[in-house]
Amino acid sequence: MAFRLKLVPNDTKIDFFKWQKLTFGFSALLMVLSVICLLVFGLNFGIDFRGGTTIRTEATQPIDVGAYREAMQPLNLGDVAITQVFDPSFDADQHVAQVRISAQDGAEAVTPDTILAVEAALQEVDPTVTFPSVESVGPKVSGELIQTAIYSVLASLIAISVYIWLRFEWQFSVGAIVALIHDVLITMGVFALFQIKFDLATVAALLTIVGYSINDTVVVFDRLRENLMKFKKMPLRDVMNLSVNETLSRTVMTSGTTLVALIALLVLGGDVIRSFVFAITFGIVIGTYSSVYVAKNVVLWLGVKRDWSKPDPKAAGTQFNEGGTP
Amino acid sequence: MLQIDRWKRILIIGLCVIGLAYALPNLFYKRVEAHNDAIVAVERAGGAATPEQEAAIAMWPGWMPASLVNLGLDLRGGAHLLAEVQVDQVYKARIDALWPELRTALAAQRDVIGAIRRVDSPTGTLAVEIENADQMAVAVEAARGLATPVATLTGAGQDDLEVTAQGNTLTVQLSEAEKALTDDRTILQSLEIVRRRVDEVGTREPTIMRQGEDRILIQVPGIGSAAELKALIGTTAQLTFNPVIASGGDPDATPGIGEIVLPSQDQPGVFYTLEETPVVTGEELTNAVPGTDQNGAPSVDFRFNPAGARKFGEYTSANVGQPFAIILDGEVISAPVIRQAITTGSGQISGSMDYEGANRLAVLLRAGALPAELTFLEERTVGPELGQDSIDAGKTASIVGFVAVIALMIASYGLFGVFASVALIINMGLVFGILSVIGATLTLPGIAGIVLTIGMAVDANVLVFERIREELRNSRGPARAIDKGYQNAMSAIVDANITTLIIAGILFMLGSGPVKGFAVTLSIGIITSVFTAIWVTRLLMVTWFERRRPRQIEV
Repeated sequence: MAFRLKLVPNDTKIDFFKWQKLTFGFSALLMVLSVICLLVFGLNFGIDFRGGTTIRTEATQPIDVGAYREAMQPLNLGDVAITQVFDPSFDADQHVAQVRISAQDGAEAVTPDTILAVEAALQEVDPTVTFPSVESVGPKVSGELIQTAIYSVLASLIAISVYIWLRFEWQFSVGAIVALIHDVLITMGVFALFQIKFDLATVAALLTIVGYSINDTVVVFDRLRENLMKFKKMPLRDVMNLSVNETLSRTVMTSGTTLVALIALLVLGGDVIRSFVFAITFGIVIGTYSSVYVAKNVVLWLGVKRDWSKPDPKAAGTQFNEGGTP
Repeated sequence: MLQIDRWKRILIIGLCVIGLAYALPNLFYKRVEAHNDAIVAVERAGGAATPEQEAAIAMWPGWMPASLVNLGLDLRGGAHLLAEVQVDQVYKARIDALWPELRTALAAQRDVIGAIRRVDSPTGTLAVEIENADQMAVAVEAARGLATPVATLTGAGQDDLEVTAQGNTLTVQLSEAEKALTDDRTILQSLEIVRRRVDEVGTREPTIMRQGEDRILIQVPGIGSAAELKALIGTTAQLTFNPVIASGGDPDATPGIGEIVLPSQDQPGVFYTLEETPVVTGEELTNAVPGTDQNGAPSVDFRFNPAGARKFGEYTSANVGQPFAIILDGEVISAPVIRQAITTGSGQISGSMDYEGANRLAVLLRAGALPAELTFLEERTVGPELGQDSIDAGKTASIVGFVAVIALMIASYGLFGVFASVALIINMGLVFGILSVIGATLTLPGIAGIVLTIGMAVDANVLVFERIREELRNSRGPARAIDKGYQNAMSAIVDANITTLIIAGILFMLGSGPVKGFAVTLSIGIITSVFTAIWVTRLLMVTWFERRRPRQIEV
């Protein structure tokens, strides 16, 4: 007998609906809290969405944020944010900061003079400072980027609900969408709460979460559809429990491998993509939770058509349909 | 049952081998890159190779695939610019150039319409007052005679000019159809000129493409900063030769209609009043090279095309003794007096410039003028070290993630986990192979896409293995269990991957830059992982099964 790592025992009989009200209430509460966080704190938009300039500075001497700020004071740039970046992958004498300058009034395009002035002022403070990356986005483009971001999230939600509706029943589609909105909203809430930078890459991360979460949900639904045809008399609730139990080891295993890979990236991938990877990692956890606890609850509430007297064209010819009407 | 046709086996193995062969060059990135660069350099030099270039070419065998994954700017370092072309500037130039023609056309009707006079009008329009307002119809007729039909499908039946009359004022402007057509031409022309200017400095594989209606995206790897790139392409280098009306020290001298006041480049405080419509423009240049003038100072020697040479010759012979201005980007470089007719079609610009300046001016003139100004909406610079750091970090993370996933799979599924791991390795190879072949650009989020794929790629295998476990519990024979396992897992695999593919498609369509790169690696990863998880593991399993014929299997 070879050694086997069994994350989930062979035959689980967990009643996932035992805490139905609790989990659903918990999810609802998290969603409400997320909305509150979004309204109160707002998202910490990066320059992609707000316009403006970010300059990454790197120096061999420790950074004195106060001195940086003082040096930039005479330039009258309005809202300037300086944040020091810490990362385990940095060398001992590598000191990184992020300087963000908001879009200057009335400037449709990017002003190189401003950037040069800032760079000169900072070099005055610390001659070793270099500028490994400088990014500027004009207000015109940032407005459009917000629009496309919103469109892409909406478009993907619609496309997926249509696909699920075509492949399954409409109740599944509703369940899946509620779960997706749940995931996206809570992830955004966490971004608002901790004021993590929210930029174009974060939107890509959100969409990836949508993709992963739906992936998970679909696998459960697929098993549910199969079991609904197999156990025609079993109450919906029990069929659902059975389906989740049957797919549980797969869910845990896939989430496990994905998380392992992502955590490696989160820890070792450097600070440039950290918020992006964080969004995905967080989303995978919440997405796994929601496919088990949210999507199915919605389907259970809506109920599913159980009278399969009309044979399902997709299942036609399989053994499950041979017995006539139940 | 557990059988795979021979042709299918050959196909599966063949695809894997081809994919891996195309991925291989990426393991020797620097070497292959030097090899490719040398080949391009030799080709440009017309086949003659230096010993170093020959050595570089010999570093990679010629019969091997040599395409590499393009590294995005965030990985390689470089500059990114998004520019908007001010298309409506062209309308003004077009309409202003129409004035002499219109004047001639109306002058021919002087007996009927009386005296004519150009009057002030909004930019991009041309307004003319005529003496006999009751004869306006004749004037409109004459002006319409200058219009030509627009040659597009949508603009069929429309003329390029719109002529309207109100009272005694005749107004001419470009029609909507012509504006649309002009916009398109302006963008294409700008693209071409930006491309030529960037090519002149010889950096590797710049991306220069149109984005949306009136934008140009420029990405140049290896360039120091976006500001440098802007200095190179942002200069309009609009060269014109205009007749001089007067010169003086007053910058606020009121010019007449159709006249402009421009400063001198090297004499502060000197301003010229010039005729706005140029005699010849830089567009009629065929060549420009740096040289020296008779005093040994740097200069740029240029040559006109036949049409330009004719115009230049006609004007200079009719205006001997008159001053004449050479204007570059709104400044008078020099205003020499015409000594004799210049009919050879060549000339020289000299003024206060150093050799480097002369060289740069020659490059700009040769590449032609941008038809309209560019406004920069977005600019990003990534230093090469930051890019290298990101690559290193991404590499470490991928390898650690990879090893961890393999360990998890083998610990959970034993031999079957080994099969899945082999498939995963082949999958990675295929992803890189495909990325290299299609010349896709790998960005930082793209690396994240690959890492995510590593995690998710095993999903299909997990689904299959879990199904096989279930089938085994229902005590079917091993062969039948494996077969059923694949069959039953199929619909979940298909649904799950199609939905993810939908997302990747949307990301690709709506995303820009790095996000697009993420979408590309994600979708390629999905497709290859389905192939390897279903076919490669199956082939491995079947081959193993045929050799061992186990009575019992454990998954």
